[in-house]
Amino acid sequence: MALDNTPKRVFKVVGTRPPRPDGVDKVTGRALYGADVSAPGMLTAHILRSPHPHAAIVSIDTSAAEALEGVKAVVTAADFVRQDDGSLRDVLDNCMARDKVLYDGHALAAVAATTPDIAKAALKLIKVTYKALPHVTDVDAAMRADAPVVQEGRSLETVPDGMSQNVTSHCEFGHGDLAAGFAKADLVVERSFTTAATHQGYIEPHACLASMTADGKADLWCCTQGQYNVRTLCAAMLGMEASQLRVTASEIGGGFGGKTTVFIEPVALALSRKTGRPVKIVMSRDEVFKATGPTVSSSIDVKIGMTRDGRITAAEAHLRYSGGAFPCGTVDMGAQSAFASYDLSAVRTLGWNVLTNRPKEAAYRAPGAPQAIYAVESVVDELCQKLGLDPLDVRLMNAARKGTRSSYGPTFDDIGLIATLEAAKAHPHYVAPLATGQGRGLSAGFWFNFGGNTCVSLNVNTDGTVGITEGNPDIGGSRAAISQMAAEELGIPYDKIRTIIADTSSLGHNDVTDGSRVTFAVGLATIKAAQDAVAKMCSRAARIWGIDEEAVVWVDGAAMPAGPNAGKFPPMTLAEIAAVSFNTGGPIAGHFEFNADGAGVSFGVHLVDVEVDRETGATKVLRYTVFQDAGKAVHPSYVEGQMQGGAVQGIGWALNEEYIYGADGRLQNAGFLDYRVPVASDLPPIETVILEIPNPGHPYGVRGVGETPIVPPLAALSNAVSRAIGTRLNSLPMSPPRILKALSKG
Amino acid sequence: MKSIHVSTTVNGDAIEFICAPEDSLLDVLRNRMGLTGAKEGCGTGDCGACSVTLNGRLVCACLVLGAEAEGAAIGTIEGLADGDTLHPLQQSFIDHAALQCGICTPGILVAAKALLDRNPDPTDTEVRYWLAGNLCRCTGYDKIIHAVQDAAHKMRSA
Amino acid sequence: MRFARPATASEAAEMMAQEPGLTRILSGGTDVMVQLKAGNVDPALIVDIKHIPGLRAITPEAGGFRIGAAVSGAELAESAGVRALWPGVVEGVELIGSTQVQGRATMAGNLCNGSPAADAVPGLVTAKAVARIVGPRGERDCLVADIPAGPGKTTLAKGEFVTSIFLPARPERSGDAYLRFIPRTEMDIAVASAAVSLTLDAAGVVIDASVALGAVAPTVRLVPAAAEAIVGTRLDAAAITAMTAACSAACSPINDKRGTIEFRTQVAGVLAKRAALTAYSRAGGTR
Repeated sequence: MALDNTPKRVFKVVGTRPPRPDGVDKVTGRALYGADVSAPGMLTAHILRSPHPHAAIVSIDTSAAEALEGVKAVVTAADFVRQDDGSLRDVLDNCMARDKVLYDGHALAAVAATTPDIAKAALKLIKVTYKALPHVTDVDAAMRADAPVVQEGRSLETVPDGMSQNVTSHCEFGHGDLAAGFAKADLVVERSFTTAATHQGYIEPHACLASMTADGKADLWCCTQGQYNVRTLCAAMLGMEASQLRVTASEIGGGFGGKTTVFIEPVALALSRKTGRPVKIVMSRDEVFKATGPTVSSSIDVKIGMTRDGRITAAEAHLRYSGGAFPCGTVDMGAQSAFASYDLSAVRTLGWNVLTNRPKEAAYRAPGAPQAIYAVESVVDELCQKLGLDPLDVRLMNAARKGTRSSYGPTFDDIGLIATLEAAKAHPHYVAPLATGQGRGLSAGFWFNFGGNTCVSLNVNTDGTVGITEGNPDIGGSRAAISQMAAEELGIPYDKIRTIIADTSSLGHNDVTDGSRVTFAVGLATIKAAQDAVAKMCSRAARIWGIDEEAVVWVDGAAMPAGPNAGKFPPMTLAEIAAVSFNTGGPIAGHFEFNADGAGVSFGVHLVDVEVDRETGATKVLRYTVFQDAGKAVHPSYVEGQMQGGAVQGIGWALNEEYIYGADGRLQNAGFLDYRVPVASDLPPIETVILEIPNPGHPYGVRGVGETPIVPPLAALSNAVSRAIGTRLNSLPMSPPRILKALSKG
Repeated sequence: MKSIHVSTTVNGDAIEFICAPEDSLLDVLRNRMGLTGAKEGCGTGDCGACSVTLNGRLVCACLVLGAEAEGAAIGTIEGLADGDTLHPLQQSFIDHAALQCGICTPGILVAAKALLDRNPDPTDTEVRYWLAGNLCRCTGYDKIIHAVQDAAHKMRSA
Repeated sequence: MRFARPATASEAAEMMAQEPGLTRILSGGTDVMVQLKAGNVDPALIVDIKHIPGLRAITPEAGGFRIGAAVSGAELAESAGVRALWPGVVEGVELIGSTQVQGRATMAGNLCNGSPAADAVPGLVTAKAVARIVGPRGERDCLVADIPAGPGKTTLAKGEFVTSIFLPARPERSGDAYLRFIPRTEMDIAVASAAVSLTLDAAGVVIDASVALGAVAPTVRLVPAAAEAIVGTRLDAAAITAMTAACSAACSPINDKRGTIEFRTQVAGVLAKRAALTAYSRAGGTR
């Protein structure tokens, strides 16, 4: 439902809510996820992990493990191909430590055996001599000149001399005269914020089954967001060519960015190569928390100046992010997104990446943006409070719009921020009365969204049904949306189309399912592939009718003469053309391959009401509304699902989730008991309002929606809690002990 | 290590298996019986993805020993549908988009059925507290609650 | 590890006493299975007691109830009689874990696992519950309060296990309540907890009281000073203040990932206050 004035195309299938194709399999338990398959002769593997947060590996003796009855192979870093490319080398070193272990849980050896128990027993027989080294887990501590150095020589040229070697990169964005801007402000607020590392928390642990044969070909089954990326990474690490390795993506039990890389897959392949047998690896929950890819932790300083009537005159942010023991570029995205919601004449963001002895970061829904926008939206809210201004009005006054030069460089085209802000302002939630002890908070949020390399193949069956082959694992209902867009374009019913996800041997390269790219890019490719098939079907009809190809048009699922001059032929439906396709030239297919561009940014605004128990610091979320611009909601239920799911992840992040490290550098809460994700009873209904400001870069106006919803909740909750208790909080999570402490400080 | 021979009933079918004493019911369902609908999300009873019924009681299969299945009646997600007719809860979950990745769905369906068997007309709060042991990371629970309530409504009217 | 399913209590006690290695009782399994999987314990023998006659029974006895050691939380919650007599005890047991955990977890198991944060224990202590224990030398009764010996430890001897817990009758105008603090609404281990049991006279004055705190010390902590602070009062503001102060003073918690010393100490007092007010109104008191 749109709340704006843009004229809209009328759709028949897009915008409806048909059932998803994988629904029955998933509600009956038939769907196969990463750990659900086995193979004849299969071995099970377990991985030896460092108990130290930082240590040199002096020696590894695997002989006793290899001699254990039932053990078929042991691998270490020596069994993988050394990589020249820095980023590939980091992925490999993370999968299997080479000279040093860099965090508690870092893998350094693996055993494949005939039973899981034997594999686990063999791990205990591997003799490792470690030389423990000093460790550092806090981002600010790791920046100090005297901090223990996690890796040497990783600092890029952008890092000035004299900083700790843990500082690996520096970035800077912005424009305008900051000093002049701050001088114009009536009030300047400067605050510092910290956030802990969090985890995507997908319920399915990583799992894979690798089977390599003596001729060097391998099949790999794994739960992944990107089977082609898995192929690229594993082929490099195993010294294989792409065509030798076929990677099949299972159904995936959640990813949110955390399954865009590899952890256990190269290990399973290496063990399969060594043993000549299929090897299955399933991570335990403990391993998932310790040794997959949590978010960065952050330490952020924000300074914003505002005039008495709410105009932001200058804005500055310094961001220090740590993505664990390997360099990562997430701070660039944080620095770019921090002020993206605002139309500013003077803005500057500086970012630093810092190494710590923690697991290697992986993406988590809008990586880098939640932290940065949490800090910025908190300061904007504080300014509003101090100046007695309505927080929505201030956002509206300063909102980025078409033509705004963004804080990170590009000039915006049509965007939906103002529409979402106005929708929030008009919504009953905004004016519902609050009781004592309750507070309301809001935040705007943003994500870039991405396009990327995409291939789609669309095949017309002789009975008039259509099969679509695409290459992006379905993490949110995209198969339904793809089928809908094809149905719309072809003019045939949705239930005549079946969309499947290809393995790497069955279709050309597709970038990972991330960046909120699938409905946009795969959708666009599907539309183009459908148009390609339509052109071919028109050509077949032209041949049958004996007229020019240009004289045939496609309307409502059938080819017809373009006008009375073209000839008097009754329309031929897709099914009719397909039925005779073998006689008119052969099977009919359309396809499209490209590197998609033109993804539209997606803005969101979240409103939340909370009640805080002043005697215990417990926060209850009373009401939550998500407003977001989807461009065009192809399947509104799945767009709503993204908005609700992202919001709830953000609620968990704001209130309870964090990686807890002790002084010994070890992770203390590597399980769902003490890494506290929201449970059903913690939450109210999550109301959703979808705005549709079409993205000019997509034929139907689609914008990615999956990532933006995790961005606003952090500040929305912080602003709500701060207003409820009368004191501002500047650290996440706002767990009860922290709230109680803030209350006692007055 | 001595294997244990177990005779049990799963979804109404008599089944026999052999397992190690320390195998959990979840291990046995997935690895000995090929019933992979119950999932291991944590192995410690904190996520509910392995929910099954044991003699009519909702339990986590990861917290039950395989040996305890002796003489017991076990209900899993594979037994929820009646032949090719989905249970109203299963249909409702599809209709209301109450699943995204679907990994938590079998456990939630088994748990929701156990609730409606006892309390055919629960409040939203009762549904939420009953399902607190079933983590979902994708949906934010909102559509799940709708789907359960809609199924409950249909089952009451049937 | 061997698995055994004895048919009688004495058979169970015998096999546990005879076993030279570590043994574990399997009742609900919601603690021991987690410990097995984590490799924290590697028992030579695990003994399933659920098939011993009587261990799954809830039987009225002497105005109270005898609850078999293998009665699950879900089964206990379905007993209207126990809930009416000792609502605080039942609400403590009902808070253990999720619905799935409730389908298995037992009161006796929660007690004997020895967690300082065990939810069933404070209520059992203020109820003056008595555990019946079977061992190689026969049967004995023991106050539940005397069983916890430290984190993960009990005063039971090798070969002994609890077969039932007796909740006594109570005088009229009595009530109890249990509250715990957790960061979410479910699924967490108690950060601090409090149970209060009290009896009133016809005028609504507290004539007998018992206050116990959980998760704030190595074992459950009975706080006589807190009980004294409210006996002889109608829970007026001064009495409550004195009670919460006595509770906070009785805490010796640890700092860990679940809570700080400061937080636990403060919140224990708040919970005791709230539990006392609930127990008071359950006893028929009005303030």
